[in-house]
Amino acid sequence: MTAPPFSLRQQGDHCLSIDFGDSISVETGLICLTAAEKIRNAGISGVTDVVPSYTAVAVHYQIDGQTGLPSFHSLSDQLTRLIESGLPRSAVSSRQIDIPVCYGGDHGPDLNDVAKTTGLTEQQVVEMHCAPGSMVFTLGFAPGHPYIGVHDPLFALPRRDVPRTVVPAGSVAIANRQSTIYPTRLPGGWHILGATPLKLFDVTRPQPTLLLPGDQIRFVPISPEEFDRIAAQQHQAQP
Amino acid sequence: MSLMILKPGMLSTFQDLGRFGQQHLGVSVTGAMDQRAHQLANLLVGNDPGLATLEITLTGPTIRFTKPCCIALCGADLSATLNGQPLAMNRPLVIRAKDELSFGVRQRGTRGYLAVHGGFALTPVLASTSTYLRSGFGGWQGRALRRADEIPLLRPLKSKGLEELAMDLWAIKLYLPGIIAEPNRTRVRLIKGQQWNEFMAESCAALLTEPYRVSPDSERMGYRLQGPALLMTTPRQMISEATTFGTIQVPAGGQPIVLMADRQTTGGYPKMAYVASVDLPCLAQMGPGDTVYFKAITLEQAQALEVSRVQAFATLAQSLQPVRTLLLNH
Repeated sequence: MTAPPFSLRQQGDHCLSIDFGDSISVETGLICLTAAEKIRNAGISGVTDVVPSYTAVAVHYQIDGQTGLPSFHSLSDQLTRLIESGLPRSAVSSRQIDIPVCYGGDHGPDLNDVAKTTGLTEQQVVEMHCAPGSMVFTLGFAPGHPYIGVHDPLFALPRRDVPRTVVPAGSVAIANRQSTIYPTRLPGGWHILGATPLKLFDVTRPQPTLLLPGDQIRFVPISPEEFDRIAAQQHQAQP
Repeated sequence: MSLMILKPGMLSTFQDLGRFGQQHLGVSVTGAMDQRAHQLANLLVGNDPGLATLEITLTGPTIRFTKPCCIALCGADLSATLNGQPLAMNRPLVIRAKDELSFGVRQRGTRGYLAVHGGFALTPVLASTSTYLRSGFGGWQGRALRRADEIPLLRPLKSKGLEELAMDLWAIKLYLPGIIAEPNRTRVRLIKGQQWNEFMAESCAALLTEPYRVSPDSERMGYRLQGPALLMTTPRQMISEATTFGTIQVPAGGQPIVLMADRQTTGGYPKMAYVASVDLPCLAQMGPGDTVYFKAITLEQAQALEVSRVQAFATLAQSLQPVRTLLLNH
């Protein structure tokens, strides 16, 4: 158990954020995830949502009219005590999830551009993207939409100048040393390397998101034929 | 079937207090834009505040009731009529089978709320009956109402003794405390955020003194405001993190966006300030072209106002107990 340095700030009158750092790293990300889990498990009255991101954990709350609690100050005290009592080294259940990806071609229209920009071959881009050590930092933007990192500095690409108005569901894309996977058709400005046939979000599943913050991710290259086969299976699995 | 949608209106969706507990999965909270009018409508028909109401936007629907029920209309005044006769707002009203509810010219506000005693028969998705338009789930089939939709009610009234019930309900005196009945303010209160001081002094002054116009592309996700540009002294990239209902974020162009009910759960723009919860309903009732002025209050003041608001609703729920009893015993 260790107590990392942190600071608290208000995000309006119904959210409190705890900062654990000011730059993106797996270490800080893991601290945010373990802190979020500890806060969620504490079952603090009035807390509705605990949302970890790269360097912070947001605690959304609702004030009770009878007691006037939690206020920002009462919640600050409670959370400070909770974090100072220490965070477990790895409370987050680290699942290892394989994501099959069909790289390039129609599924990955930007693979060639990314290869050119980084001075790698397409094959090397794929190998680097499939390197182990990636983690889901947070889900946001849309239901089940993951932010996965941190990739090699060569993948520190800014977003595309002109975002696409439509990115197909399942597209796997990179920017700023991170990957994302589009759960549904969405607009997006990241560089699309490929696509996965897996469903990232399905509201009819008991656990609607495929991924959870803290998941260890391994991208696994597949052929277009395998993509079609898995996609058909996913489709059949629908009730 | 108890409600037949003859015309859907511009955007009519079922909304409740919001879909909480899922934001870490990227699932938006959604829920009623004007939580005050939503809760009031529910309390007036003897419901718990968490039941879904129908949120009606600018141009209202035309609805035929096929069973008797008790309704209340709150929020925007959209010239509601029942069988062509003007309909009182902010009151429980008895509806007979074949009555037709329609709306006319917008008099005031943007969003009306229709509550029905006992609630609409909707299937909760992820513990909420709010419609999540962009992801297409919740509410009624995950979408806005369409012509010919037929919405069942959970607790229609018995036909017998309706006249007596209507008279008994009408005889009940209703007193709405100021914080609930408060007319729309043009000066919306905000709390300065951590990045406030990173904005230029002129920008900070502008936000608290100059008028900002609600732009035409403002909707349930966010309100885009048009006014003097808000600029950071040293612009910098922010790391994405959680957002809230009322976050005033400022993209590079300097035109602020207030995040509303359907906001994304995370965002990476600089956040200058946060609208005080107590004034979110006022903002939610503003529409394209309306002008808003802001005024800064402290976090402590905002939370004290929020406590007063929650208490006022608890007191109101208490004083409306006779309405609830009448309806439950009918």
